[in-house]
Parts: sequence; structure tokens; C-alpha cells
Amino acid sequence: MLKALQIEPAKCTGCLQCELACSWENEQVFNPSKSRIKVFTFHDEGRFVPYTCTQCTEAWCMQTCPVDAIVINETTGAKEVIEEVCVGCKVCTIACPFGTINYNSSSGKVIKCDLCGGEPECAKACPTDAITYVDADHTGLARMRAHAAGGD
Amino acid sequence: MDHVIIGAGPAGVVAAETLRKLDKSAGITLIGDEPEPPYSRMALPYYLVQQIPEEGTYLRKTRDYFGHRKINLVQDRVTSVLPDEHTLRLDSGETMRYDKLLIATGSRPVSPPIPGIEQEGIHTCWTLDDGRAIAASTGPGAKIVLMGAGFIGCIILEALAKSGADLIVVEMEDRMVPRMMNATAGNMIKQWCIGKGVHVLTSTRVMAIEPGDGHRFKVILDQGVPLDADLIVSATGVRSNIGFLEGSGIQTETGVLIDRNMRTSAVDVYAAGDVAEGIDFSTGDYSVQAIQPTATEHGLLAAKNMAGLDARHKGSINMNVLDTLGLISSSFGLWMGTDKGDSAEQVNPARYQYLNLQFEEDVLVGATTLGLTLHVGVLRGLIQTRVRLGKWKERLKADPSRIMEAYLACTQPVSINTGLF
Ligand SMILES: Cc1cc2nc3c(=O)[nH]c(=O)nc-3n(C[C@H](O)[C@H](O)[C@H](O)COP(=O)(O)OP(=O)(O)OC[C@H]3O[C@@H](n4cnc5c(N)ncnc54)[C@H](O)[C@@H]3O)c2cc1C
Ligand code: SF4
Repeated sequence: MLKALQIEPAKCTGCLQCELACSWENEQVFNPSKSRIKVFTFHDEGRFVPYTCTQCTEAWCMQTCPVDAIVINETTGAKEVIEEVCVGCKVCTIACPFGTINYNSSSGKVIKCDLCGGEPECAKACPTDAITYVDADHTGLARMRAHAAGGD
Repeated sequence: MDHVIIGAGPAGVVAAETLRKLDKSAGITLIGDEPEPPYSRMALPYYLVQQIPEEGTYLRKTRDYFGHRKINLVQDRVTSVLPDEHTLRLDSGETMRYDKLLIATGSRPVSPPIPGIEQEGIHTCWTLDDGRAIAASTGPGAKIVLMGAGFIGCIILEALAKSGADLIVVEMEDRMVPRMMNATAGNMIKQWCIGKGVHVLTSTRVMAIEPGDGHRFKVILDQGVPLDADLIVSATGVRSNIGFLEGSGIQTETGVLIDRNMRTSAVDVYAAGDVAEGIDFSTGDYSVQAIQPTATEHGLLAAKNMAGLDARHKGSINMNVLDTLGLISSSFGLWMGTDKGDSAEQVNPARYQYLNLQFEEDVLVGATTLGLTLHVGVLRGLIQTRVRLGKWKERLKADPSRIMEAYLACTQPVSINTGLF
């Protein structure tokens, strides 16, 4: 059974542990701007919304990549960027309707969530269980993905 | 069932692999006229600056990718299609039968009607072969004139400038990337390029190309002194490859006409990619977009329909992203706005940042960005879902940079959880 990140914004306190854990795991720096998960703050409502790639089935990024630099990890189902193959053309960053694959100007390549190979650090780091790694069926992600794929 | 695909670019390759996924036993033949394994034109600029070897441009990287999937790759050129007989003629003299046919022959650069344009040493940048020729003549100190600062021109510009060449760009229109950027953004890109040492001449035409003295060419302009050049690169627009369809009865205008199921006017014949006039999501009209995301979307949909599914095209969003010597820009959909609509704009010329949003009622229909790299894809998301922005529209008009918040607040599943809507 594939697992997925379940995000429950109502539980998020905005502590940004997930961003720090992500940037440390993937970029070896404690720097939220290098994180693949972002927490958005709604000042007016005093709410926080963690947000990252849903590993959607359409895989718009993978479909459009001109050089086959994005592949599916058969174990986790994650769409992963192979950094050595990516040429940094950025066409995936405009193709992804969720905005969850981003250009990293220091490497000249793109970065996105790869579920840390099956042990997502953000979920481990979250003190309030706003981010959990659960069976994909439970996450309601299907609805969210379907919505972004819409167009009618 | 025998599927035949003409053209081994992104549209053809995505169609072939999709057909295989949907039908394990069908015959699939992919015919391409270029000598290399299927490769990506988009990767050529990175090949030019030697960031990647030739193999880095290949569309699929694993060994024997096509053979493994029983996709029969044929190197040949299709010279004509006979829809009544379900047959093709090939340059090699052979004929081939098909049950379903996909035309994915892409496009080619147009050569502007300028005296002297046919000389050796004047290149387009369209094929790997062009790439090799340009790579051989560019380098530090080489004097290069680039004709055309459209989308493709600007992509090549980046590669040529990186090679250390002494580069002059000549563009007929009054700004750079005129079909992707408004005057503000197009001129900011121009200023940026000038700041990086590239000479940019807008509102200028090349009138003739003559033999030079000291340098290979002398480029005569409609104003000012002629330019010396060792190499001339021409990027003045593209046209669909439809010539071989003449006499086939398959209807064409600027490209092959297709319907929402990617079908042409001939039974069992489909078209996809740069060669097809597909539906534009924003306008509802049919047009040739000639961009990578549209080519792959078309390829996927055409394959589904060829395999017997009823997969209707909702339309492709015209969109581009460009990196001009480090300045990243993008445009989406109706970036130029509409008569009925209104817009929001944020400009910071000193930092080369720009954001322009175009609305119809409270729906985002187009956008232009400069200097934005984070979450830029949500602009597509907002346009494609036609999500109603409600009170977020006014917030965006006050501060367009809040697009990500607007997206999260207005996309239902998330906002159900958060109570933000
Ligand atoms: C330098 C460069 C940079 C680009 N950068 C971008 C970018 O950043 N973003 C973007 O969205 N787009 C970009 N593009 C455009 C993008 O590459 C095209 O939209 C895309 O290649 C279209 O795919 P296609 O499969 O329709 O056609 P093509 O890639 O053109 O493939 C068609 C193939 O069919 C072959 N063929 C033609 N006629 C026949 C025949 N009669 N018989 C057999 N074979 C035939 C052709 O030789 C070709 O190999 C760029 C293009 C170039 C040249
Ligand atoms: S930026 Fe890299 S991963 Fe994204 S489409 Fe281009 S080559 Fe592929």
C-alpha cells in the first residue's frame, strides 16, 4: 500500500519545524527558503497551511520534462528529480498546477518533495501531527488532486 | 491493431509510450526522419553551452527504451499519406499500412525573405545538426548576430551569450519576446540583457546579408551602421510541417485541423504537437501553440483516443518560462488581458521584479511574471481550475504577490480543512 503525506492545517501552529527538517535533510542547511514543504501564514485569520507536492497521478512535471529527468520511485510512488539529468529548463515549474516544483538558482536545477525515500522528515519533525505519513487512501488527496486537474 | 506515428519528437514519443501502456499487444511504429535517437529540441541550448553531451538531449534515457516496449523505431521520411487506403509512402520507396495514424511532425523555423539569407554560415537553431554547427562557430570573441528576440530567440540568446561570444540581437518589434510579454516586461528584459553586455536593437530590421571584410558577413540594417558577424543565427518564427499532407485531403490551415478528440478530417488520422491546431484553453479557439507542454498534452490525449477511449481535450494553456541570463520570466494564458477584464500589476524596475495578473470577473485568466521562481505553477492552477477568487480578488489587486495564499484559500479541499473560504 502506497503511503502519502496527510496535511491537516487546523493542527498547524506555524512552528516551521517541517521546513527546517526538510531543508536540512535535502540541502544540508537549516533554511526554510530551501525547503520543499512550505507553511503559508494567513495573518488575518491567524492560520497556517503546510503545503507540498501531492505526488499526483497526472504528474504534469514528469509528463512535460524534455529530458526524462523526473521519474517515479516504484517503492514510494514519489516523482523524483534526477539532478544530474535535469538541465534546469524550468518548464516543469510552470506545468505543475500546484506550484510545488521550484527552481533553485544556486544549483540551476529544480527541487520537489521526494518523500525522503519513504521516511519524510517533515512528518517526523511535526510536533502536533499536522503532517503525518499514512496510507494513501485516507488522505482525501484524491479530491484535492482532482480539483487541480479540473478545467471545466 | 497497428498504430503508426509520424514524428519522433515529444508529442510522438509520449503518444507511443501511452499507447503501449493502454494496449499491451498493439503494433506501434514510430517514424522519425532525423538520424539521432528521439531527442528534445528544448535541450539544444544546454547542449550548445556544453552543459550536457548529445545524449543529454535524448527524450528517453534508459537503454533500449523503445525496443523494450516493443515500439518499432523507423528512421525514414513520410512523403505522403493516403487516408482512403490507410497507407503512407516513405522516402525509402516503401509503403506502410496503418489502422490508426498520428501526425506529430512538429514545426520548422521560417526563413525571413532577406537577400543573402541562403548563404552558408547562417543557421537556425532547431536540430541537433544545427546545434553542432553553431557550437563549432561560437565561443569567446566570436561576433554573432542573432535575428529575432522571440521566445526561441531569447532561449538561444542565453546560450550564445554564455559561450562568451560578442552578441548583437536584432528584433523587428519594439521589445523583447513580444508575443509573450507586454511592453513593461519586454523592456525590462531588454534592459537586463543590455546590463549583461548583450547589444539589443529593437524596432530594427535586417535588410540584407552581404559578404564582409575582416568578418564573414556584413549585416545591413534599416537604420544605423552595418554589423560585422562571423556567425548569424536566425530565430524568426516557426511553421508547422504540413507540406507532405498536400493532396491527402487532410484539412490544414496554419497546422493540421483537429477536433477535441485530436481527430483530423480523415478517418483514423489524428494529430498532435507543433503540427496541430489544437484547442486553446483560454480562447476556446484552435491554434498552433508550438510549446513543449502542449506537445506532450496532445500526445497523451491523441494516444488515449487512438486506443479507443473518449478523451476530450479541454484545451491547452499557452505558457512559457524563460531564463534570460539569469532573469526568469513567465507568462500564462491571456497575459495581454481581455476587453471585459481588469488587472493588477506590481513593478519593481530596480530589482527586475514584475507581476501582472489578468482577471475576468473574479477568475484569473492570465499572468506575467519577472523574477519569480517560487510556486509559479499555481498561476496555471488558478487559470485552469477557473476557481472563483471571491474576496481574494480585491486582495490580489492590492497585493498581487499573494497569489499562493489566494490559491490555498480558494481551492476547496484545502479550505474545507482550514475554514479559510
Ligand atoms: C532551441 C529551442 C528551444 C526551445 N525551448 C522551449 C521551451 O523552453 N519551452 C517550450 O515550451 N518549448 C520550447 N521549444 C519548442 C519545443 O521544442 C517544441 O514545441 C516541441 O519540440 C514540439 O514537439 P513535437 O513533437 O510536436 O515536434 P518536434 O519536436 O519538432 O518533433 C517532430 C519530429 O518529426 C520529424 N518529422 C517532420 N516531418 C516528418 C516526416 N514527413 N517524416 C518523418 N518525420 C518527420 C521532425 O524531423 C522531428 O524530429 C524549443 C524549441 C527549440 C528549437
Ligand atoms: S527543469 Fe529539469 S526536471 Fe524540470 S522539465 Fe526541465 S529538465 Fe526536466
